[in-house]
Amino acid sequence: MNWHQLWTIATTPDNIPITALLPLVLFYLWLAFRQAKGNDELIAQLEADPALAKTHHRKTWPFRPGWQKEVHVWPFLLRMEFLAAIIVTAILMVWSITMNAPMEEPANPNLTMNPAKAPWYFLGLQEMLVYFDPWIAGVVMPTLIIIGLMVIPYIDTNPLGGGYYTVKQRKFSIATFCFGFLVLWVSMIIIGTFIRGPGWQWFWPGQTWDHNRLIYEVNRDLPDLFGITSNLGKGIFGAIVVLGYFAVAGFIMTALFRRKMPKDWSRMSLIQYQLMMFLMLTMMALPLKMLLRLTLNIKYVWITPWFNI
Amino acid sequence: MADDDVKVTGGNGASGKEAPGDGAPGDVPAPKNGKKRIGALVKEEVEAFRAEMPAKVKEQIESVKDPTKTQVYTSIFRHKHDETPRNRALGVLSNVFLHLHPAKINRDAVRYPFTWGMGGITFYLFIVLTFTGVLLMFYYHPSKVQAFRDVLYLEHDVPFGKILRNMHRWAAHLMVIAVELHMFRVFLTGSYKKPREFNWNVGVILLVLTLLLSFTGYLLPDDQLGFWAVTVGTNMARATPLLGHEGPFGPQLGMTPYNDVRFGLLGGSIVDANALLRAYIWHCIAIPIIASVFMVVHFWRVRKDGGISGPAPVMLASEADKPRRAQKAAGE
Repeated sequence: MNWHQLWTIATTPDNIPITALLPLVLFYLWLAFRQAKGNDELIAQLEADPALAKTHHRKTWPFRPGWQKEVHVWPFLLRMEFLAAIIVTAILMVWSITMNAPMEEPANPNLTMNPAKAPWYFLGLQEMLVYFDPWIAGVVMPTLIIIGLMVIPYIDTNPLGGGYYTVKQRKFSIATFCFGFLVLWVSMIIIGTFIRGPGWQWFWPGQTWDHNRLIYEVNRDLPDLFGITSNLGKGIFGAIVVLGYFAVAGFIMTALFRRKMPKDWSRMSLIQYQLMMFLMLTMMALPLKMLLRLTLNIKYVWITPWFNI
Repeated sequence: MADDDVKVTGGNGASGKEAPGDGAPGDVPAPKNGKKRIGALVKEEVEAFRAEMPAKVKEQIESVKDPTKTQVYTSIFRHKHDETPRNRALGVLSNVFLHLHPAKINRDAVRYPFTWGMGGITFYLFIVLTFTGVLLMFYYHPSKVQAFRDVLYLEHDVPFGKILRNMHRWAAHLMVIAVELHMFRVFLTGSYKKPREFNWNVGVILLVLTLLLSFTGYLLPDDQLGFWAVTVGTNMARATPLLGHEGPFGPQLGMTPYNDVRFGLLGGSIVDANALLRAYIWHCIAIPIIASVFMVVHFWRVRKDGGISGPAPVMLASEADKPRRAQKAAGE
């Protein structure tokens, strides 16, 4: 267990943001879920007692009739903002004095760094390059992520949960977002920082990074597993697999959605539902393909003369 | 002849003879020569000084005892600042830097756990980055010959250069973290729902612009780290479908390494001097301007869409599909 290496990686100045990202994300997750729990308990209480529901001010914080509903921005909000600015400045000052920004040797096109890592916020995308070709990992996926984020307000038809933390009333949307943000985005960043070593090979934390290690991975393509050899056959087979995935998984997902979330099903229009389903299935395709690769060494599923998936 | 002499040197036209009607008041007899005339004037002034000055000094001291009543002060600060509701409201509404805020907000929105302050922190970091960035620009030349050495110069020879560069880098990382936490918070509080959908999208664009700012800045030191990061990034660009020379259907559409989208980004087919200059311009001018415009829209829409979304009163599932009027009856 190479603690020294682990410590070096974690405290390299350019990795400090990731080392800080993890506890920060966990802290704010806790803060959010604590408030959500409070709100959910209040909601349960109000749902059990309709008379109380009519008179309660509906927040977990105290309020009595006669209290001001609003407070002056000057001074109350402004002093919070001022305090935040001071604290952030203090953190930045201490950080800038104690940690030096990295500076490698001058740019040398003839000497590749190993591993050549992207800045930490793009490590998630770089990790995807292992499983997908550059045009998917670098262009299509980021575009779909951005489009997916933009579309969220228009496919979320749940009227509950606007303006307050809740888990009970928004289980589906929160689970989906947390999966995409925490499991896919954040954990890929962590994998890219701590796990991927020379040659982008997998090194468990504590395993010494060995520049001479060679792992022979014999990858095969899915059509090969089924004994298909002709190019046309591979193309048709791949199309069946990919489109079939969307069809079958889509069918299963629709069946589950209709049964488990009937209210949302009735609220959503056709286009809203189809958008949501397409994005959800594409998002799920990523860990699915990762699994296929890591367990069965399958590289491509659909092979055509023009692109491979 | 003696008289002529006197006339020439006389003070205010006194001819040397006694003239009762002219000359200094008082009982000073018209002097026989100019010097004595000046003496009389001086004495007069001193008398006037001693008579009037104490009152003037007292008046001056009185007028600065309360600085807030001076002309200088009232010309700058156009309203009073004692603690009345009116002045508290005016303090926000009549201040160009603060008037984005409303005069009053939801009493619980001030609490830190609700908003986490991340939007404001992101904006503050943007200002810190602009400030440190401008200072760095005084020492940096975006050319292959000078870029790396300029950064070394900043680190070792420029007074406080090290702290300046460090602060710029760390504020950039912190801003990416803050913007992602802000997005997370807005999602968890459902503050993208009606009527805030558009503002969420403006925010997504700002997220992309923040990441692009970070990425273009990464190349500027022209070291191995930046060079290879940009190489990896732009190599992905050559795989763009239809527009990249190694992407699906790209070659079929006539894309070559010398005219595809990667060429457009780099200003060449390799990561070289042109790429550095373009990154510099994107980083320092183009993207900050675009981001500022989007920020203006983003902040404006926060106000127009109803301010900070919460904490809002909880809605019960049974009230979910009813018209909004039902909510008001429930103690809002």
